[in-house]
Amino acid sequence: MSRDLTDPFSPFTGRRCPEGADEGQRHDGQKVALPLTCLPASGVEPPVSTRPSDPRERGEESLPRAAAPLLGFARLLRRCGFAIAPQQISSFMQAITLLGPRSMADIREAALATLAPSPDRRDEFETHFRSYFYGNGAPAIEGESDEETRIKDDRGMREEENQTTRQEKGGELSSAIEQLSSRDFQLDSDSLAPFRRKLASALPARRSFRTIRTRSRGTLDLRRSLSEIVSADGDIPSPLLRRRQTIPRKLLLLIDVSGSMKLHTADYLRLAHAAVQGAGRAEVFTFGTRLTRITSALRIRDRGQALARAAAQVDDWDGGTRMGPTLLAFLSVPRFSAFARGAAVVILSDALERGDHAELETAMRRLSARAFRLSLATPLAGDPRFRPATAALRAVLPVLDDLFDGSSVKSLTDFILSLARPAPAAAAIWKGVS
Amino acid sequence: MPDPSAETVVTSPEAVVARLAASRYLADESLATAIFLAIRLGKPLLLEGAPGVGKTEAAKAIAELLGRELVRLQCYEGIDAAHALYEWNYQRQLLAIRHAGEHEIDIYDDRFLIARPLLQVLRAPEQRVLLVDEIDRSDHEFEALLLEFLSDFQISIPERGTIRAATQPIVILTSNRTRELAEALRRRCVYHWIGYPDATREAEIIMLRTGDVAEATARAVANAVQTIRARPLAKPPGIAEAVEWANAATILEKGGSPWPEAFRRAIGVLIKDEEDLSSIAPELGRIVEEALA
Repeated sequence: MSRDLTDPFSPFTGRRCPEGADEGQRHDGQKVALPLTCLPASGVEPPVSTRPSDPRERGEESLPRAAAPLLGFARLLRRCGFAIAPQQISSFMQAITLLGPRSMADIREAALATLAPSPDRRDEFETHFRSYFYGNGAPAIEGESDEETRIKDDRGMREEENQTTRQEKGGELSSAIEQLSSRDFQLDSDSLAPFRRKLASALPARRSFRTIRTRSRGTLDLRRSLSEIVSADGDIPSPLLRRRQTIPRKLLLLIDVSGSMKLHTADYLRLAHAAVQGAGRAEVFTFGTRLTRITSALRIRDRGQALARAAAQVDDWDGGTRMGPTLLAFLSVPRFSAFARGAAVVILSDALERGDHAELETAMRRLSARAFRLSLATPLAGDPRFRPATAALRAVLPVLDDLFDGSSVKSLTDFILSLARPAPAAAAIWKGVS
Repeated sequence: MPDPSAETVVTSPEAVVARLAASRYLADESLATAIFLAIRLGKPLLLEGAPGVGKTEAAKAIAELLGRELVRLQCYEGIDAAHALYEWNYQRQLLAIRHAGEHEIDIYDDRFLIARPLLQVLRAPEQRVLLVDEIDRSDHEFEALLLEFLSDFQISIPERGTIRAATQPIVILTSNRTRELAEALRRRCVYHWIGYPDATREAEIIMLRTGDVAEATARAVANAVQTIRARPLAKPPGIAEAVEWANAATILEKGGSPWPEAFRRAIGVLIKDEEDLSSIAPELGRIVEEALA
């Protein structure tokens, strides 16, 4: 169900069109005539009813000619990575018939309502719509301004990402991939297998609203008890019980991929892959100067393939850190911040924030208010002389539940597996040390 | 098939706008078109938008324009079939068994069946509109159950057989988009994203929703709220909050506070987050002054 999108072989995942390649073709013929003019005022039959029952004959030939541009538009969207089902296309045409259509606005409204582009890609949709129906050139999808932290969600962008990997053979991206895979080869990979196995049962648990059957400690399960009574012809056997289920909490990993963490990012990604594979509900984001969601790349079972794809998605390898702004950007997306609610949040970063740390402080405070437990793993803590002395660390220490050593995979896995056990707050521990 | 009685009411998007306005709901062209299409195509209407933009209100207005009762199913994590479809009244069944003694008794009678929202709507689709509120809060299991319901409009009760709707019920789903809904669910629905209205429309909404707020006040509130929404707040104020603010400020003003002061003192109904409040507080005076000008 929800996997529909993440499945790379889903029939509705269109191929990304290479930079207006097919716009050029189409515009040769259709630039002049607005498709609206060739639509009969109200005579477009709903395509469903006009289709012959024989599937072999069921082709576009049976559609009214005026409907062809509409079908073409839906196909264009599909090629550009919008998930559009055949059912939606037929609704689209029915909608246009119902609306008249009296103007281009009607067609636009019908497209918005039935083809349902996600609000994130609304601008892209509008651009395609304008260029297709008004024919003003190839769609220019503008990049966001540099002021705002860019967020990259890997949903629905899958095809584009693949393309990037294929095209940029000699670029920086592929070198990052090579670097990752070569490191992967050298390191002992077996240490993560037990981690993956133990993770699901080691994560902190919470009581779900769903109930399970139980033999002891529960409330009366009237539904089952009654059917027992009926089948036993009125005799009351021992009562049957139900109790609320416990389920593992969500795990959220935020990985710093900036230059100062260069030595550790490969390890962290391998760990993240094991976590996504092992835990029921885990999400992984990377941040440097931007925020990137890499969870669905890491869902691929094969580690090499998963890491290569994740590496290709991240654009800000080994750059600077804008930890505060990127975490705020994370919190500003409702469905991301909703995931953090009640989750065990582990940030893998050295927290070396350049410049002002006020934003980092705000972000950490908001995150800690949402999270079940907020932990910061810093590789610097591997050094026994480490003290949380930087201004940024001192500022965030009071809201942290844990500040621990992130310099080795061993200490990280041990820590994550111990998340369910209570521990004193980070500030209390580090106060004693310094 | 779409409901014929609804089709006579909903003849065009303009008719929808007019009818909704009569139910004190101001819909823009695009929302009206989505409502029109959903009813005429016989598909569920999926409304998404930030909290407080009037998704639930829209559903109430739709029910009112069709002259039907609104049946609301509020979703939450862990909602299941017993809360959404039906449940047997076990206590009554037990009592009835006791009471019957040696006589034969049908304990799966209508008397013992508690109809939950989905079943209530199936039983009288011409008199009811189903609102599935905040579906993003439910889990994937429930989404699957709902998907099945929305495609066939039938419920199987093992003891009673299958109950099918005589005509296709009108269903409205809302989501705050705290998580991505299943693609299959989006595909089956007519979709509309409700955004925040512009200042003029928001002023109209405030006037319509409150009884005794002056036009100038409504316009000032709408302008100020637009400015405040543009700030990076943890929880930007919705339309409901703006309406409350206008109301509260009017009451304070009648109680003797002068204008800019009344707005400032009533800010608690607009911004309900301590951090947001402290970040906006220094500028609030200026924002209100500008909005009043």
